Amino acid sequence: MMTTHTDVLPTEGGLGNTPLLAVDNLHVEFSTRQGVVKAVNGVSYDLYQGETLAVLGESGSGKSVTAQAIMGILDMPPARIPHGEIRFRGTDMLKLTDEARSQIRGQRIAMIFQDALSALNPVFTVGWQIGEMFRVHRGMSKRDAQKKAIELMDRVRIPAAKQRVHDYPHQFSGGMRQRIMIAMSIALDPEVLIADEPTTALDVTVQAQIMELLAELQRESNMGLILITHDLGVVADVADKIAVMYGGRIVEKALVHDVYRTPAHPYSKGLLDSIPRVDLKGQELYAIKGLPPNLLAMPPGCAFNPRCPYRQDNCVSEAPPLYEISHTRSSACHYWREVLDGSHE
Amino acid sequence: MGRYVIRRLLQAIPVLLGATFLIFAVVFALPGDPIGALAGDKRMDPAFAAVLREQYHLNDPLLLQYWHYISGVFQGDFGTTFSKVPVSELMAGKFQVTINLALTALVLEAVIGIGLGLWAALRQGKATDTAILAVTLLLISVPVLVTGFVLQLLLGVQLKKSTGIDFFPVAGAFDGWRSYLLPGFVLAGVSIAYLTRLTRTSLVETLRADYIRTAIAKGMPRRRVIGRHALRNALIPLITYLGADLGALMGGAIITETIFNLNGIGQQLYQSVYLREQPVVVGIVTILVLVYIVANLIVDLLYAVLDPRIRYE
Amino acid sequence: MSETTPAMPVTATAAVGSPPPPLAPETKPGYVEKPASLWSDAWYDLRRRPLFIMSSILIAVLVVMALFPSLFTSINPMDATTCQLSTARQPPSAAHWFGKDNLGCDVYARTIYGARISIIVGITTTIVTAMVGGLLGLIAGFAGGATDSVMSRVTEIFFAIPSILGALLILAVFRTGNVWTVMLALAVLAWPMTFRIMRAAVITAKSQDYVVAARALGAGSGRLMFRHILPNAVTPVIVVATINLGMFISAEAALSFLGVGIQSPDISWGVMISDARPRFLEAAGPLLFPAAFLSVTVLAFIMLGDAVRDALDPKLR
Repeated sequence: MMTTHTDVLPTEGGLGNTPLLAVDNLHVEFSTRQGVVKAVNGVSYDLYQGETLAVLGESGSGKSVTAQAIMGILDMPPARIPHGEIRFRGTDMLKLTDEARSQIRGQRIAMIFQDALSALNPVFTVGWQIGEMFRVHRGMSKRDAQKKAIELMDRVRIPAAKQRVHDYPHQFSGGMRQRIMIAMSIALDPEVLIADEPTTALDVTVQAQIMELLAELQRESNMGLILITHDLGVVADVADKIAVMYGGRIVEKALVHDVYRTPAHPYSKGLLDSIPRVDLKGQELYAIKGLPPNLLAMPPGCAFNPRCPYRQDNCVSEAPPLYEISHTRSSACHYWREVLDGSHE
Repeated sequence: MGRYVIRRLLQAIPVLLGATFLIFAVVFALPGDPIGALAGDKRMDPAFAAVLREQYHLNDPLLLQYWHYISGVFQGDFGTTFSKVPVSELMAGKFQVTINLALTALVLEAVIGIGLGLWAALRQGKATDTAILAVTLLLISVPVLVTGFVLQLLLGVQLKKSTGIDFFPVAGAFDGWRSYLLPGFVLAGVSIAYLTRLTRTSLVETLRADYIRTAIAKGMPRRRVIGRHALRNALIPLITYLGADLGALMGGAIITETIFNLNGIGQQLYQSVYLREQPVVVGIVTILVLVYIVANLIVDLLYAVLDPRIRYE
Repeated sequence: MSETTPAMPVTATAAVGSPPPPLAPETKPGYVEKPASLWSDAWYDLRRRPLFIMSSILIAVLVVMALFPSLFTSINPMDATTCQLSTARQPPSAAHWFGKDNLGCDVYARTIYGARISIIVGITTTIVTAMVGGLLGLIAGFAGGATDSVMSRVTEIFFAIPSILGALLILAVFRTGNVWTVMLALAVLAWPMTFRIMRAAVITAKSQDYVVAARALGAGSGRLMFRHILPNAVTPVIVVATINLGMFISAEAALSFLGVGIQSPDISWGVMISDARPRFLEAAGPLLFPAAFLSVTVLAFIMLGDAVRDALDPKLR
């Protein structure tokens, strides 16, 4: 069980003391044929208005499941949320009726998915799909919705939006498709936007453009943005704070530049060391040894212990709580001091 | 789009020629002498027989005979029977019966198959789903021969006896479309089962697609997610299956026609094979092959209309 | 779970690009060695499927019935003296469980003896179509190019011919219907389906890495085809063959019913149905009993096919 909560992170964009979105001790399990998979184990994080939170972790770390729980798009069953709260402007959404929930979904909290080609419906034009937001949620006429769709496509800088509104998703390039996804998600000016690996499927130059677009849209509308990624390099410039996840738990929470300078968890440190750097050109790149944990058979104690260079005996017997290092950061490592010292070298 | 149509049309030509030639060759190889059979028990004047032979090109080699025949077909001439009845005239009425039967079957197939399939998909893993899958297993397994007789006995005879109402009148007694209901269902049986399974698989798979998750994330109501986003995609393979099935239903109607005494092309073909009426046999099969090809062509075009990814290829 | 990470070597990227964790780990041992364990996996899986157990028992009984019908009945229906016209259409009784048919013959004994032809036609047709269609499909898929185009066009022609009508024509050429002509007529029209399935499977298998690697290492065409591609392409053919077996049995009955298949005095369920038909409304038994056996037989093979398919390739569902 989590013992410490360090959720009040003052940030640049934060307004007031109530977070826009608060995930509090969230647990998500999946029942599978092989047994119950605990995908998310007591995750907590806050998001304030105008703030960008990056959630970092590899596949299976629980970062996407957490996002889907926020959206309320988990398939239940097999998924189950045994504990936890997800408060949106102070209201626990998990206690809302389906009806009330669907009023928030898409309108006030929106989401962008990784692979826009499969995330867009292949048999409807992009105009139809963007316009649907206005037709269904705002009761607009077809013509007005179409007009709005063109405006949005302009806003996400799709060239010749007026003509392309009649095209189908497969007729666009990967980057353009992701722009359409973004246009659709911001259609109704959501207060929170969750982007689940929005650039993973794209090539590097396009990645930067999309991140830039997201950052710009966020500045304009002052929404809260959650960026889910496995790639530390992508989020460095746009995120305010970061939550690193491993094996269904948060292992480190910090302001983004703190993590970059001095990671306080061996896993975050490993991630940083595996980023190719210009000044270390020619040297062999560091890789975290071992494999991500099997969620059905988690190692005892700290989930990261089999791969951890800092491992001591108690790491195998005792799961570390989220230690509060300062009021802006915390680390789930018994030896966070040593890790910090190691980072200072 | 235009090029796509033309390509499909061109691809259909060798199939049409090949299939009709194959049939023609088989009929050519049919044992017995059609001219002799024409005379029945009496002996025919050899000179007259020779004239007839010449007239029907019976002395020509196979390929030449085929050429005479197929060039006629392309001009809408299916030839005449040896007893001077134009084949097209002979076939017209019979085809009407078979088309009625096949169309009834197709409508039943579409309504019941898609209906059951959707129901099963939306109750996936529950008792209803299992029950529907069990029913499809039965429908696939029990031969038309069996369903035909059993339903004829139960619904056609016993039900009428016990209620006094003729729900499913025996065909041929001029009872309109209702007389096609029971045979239509029997004919459609296996197809209903396959379509049910296909519908279920298609919808279940579609519901797992990423764009369905997107639609839910957009806050679309469940009814709309299933009815618009999922169904529109899930229907594509179903409609193509249905289209392709029309040819199969017409070609497979012979058993049903025999059981229910419907005087369709299956029956006609059967008789003509025995009477060695080669032009009729070849004519019927040619038309069935044409139906098959045209149905598939329409299916391909429908596919292009329904799936924009193909349209712009 | 929707998290997917493109496969990238860990050492070459900043990404946390390790393979995704085994969320649903393979609990079955020996998963690495593909062909061998696919079959042992399938067998392991099959043995615990009620559908498989039920159909296997049914098929075993039917095969015994086909081989040794005298185990099931003391009456030999081939012997005309066992029929008594005076007892025609007698209802079922203790002595004659299924009653008597229009000629006063014992329906039970005839039904038991009828299994043989169904089983022979079903099995031989399945083997012939699987061999012919499978071999041609293997060649077409492996050779590709013009060979493939020509062979595929030819199969399209066969697909265009309605199968029951085609079989009826072929049988009419032979004049006498028997087990072998029925088998031939069915096989001539059914092989293209196996061809298509095999061809598609071979084309998929051909592009797999291990085949490309074997080719690069200089494996000859024959070795590639039979050692590397065939074992990986044969699964869907086996599945379809099992399901088709039931369909062939059904088709034999239909052709015999139409009078072009098996002929009296040979006993086939189709012949029995055809014989009983004129007096069907007076005495349904002589028609319904063979019909029931026919249905159960077809059902057994289709259930087996379903079970095999689910075990071998869940994706084919």
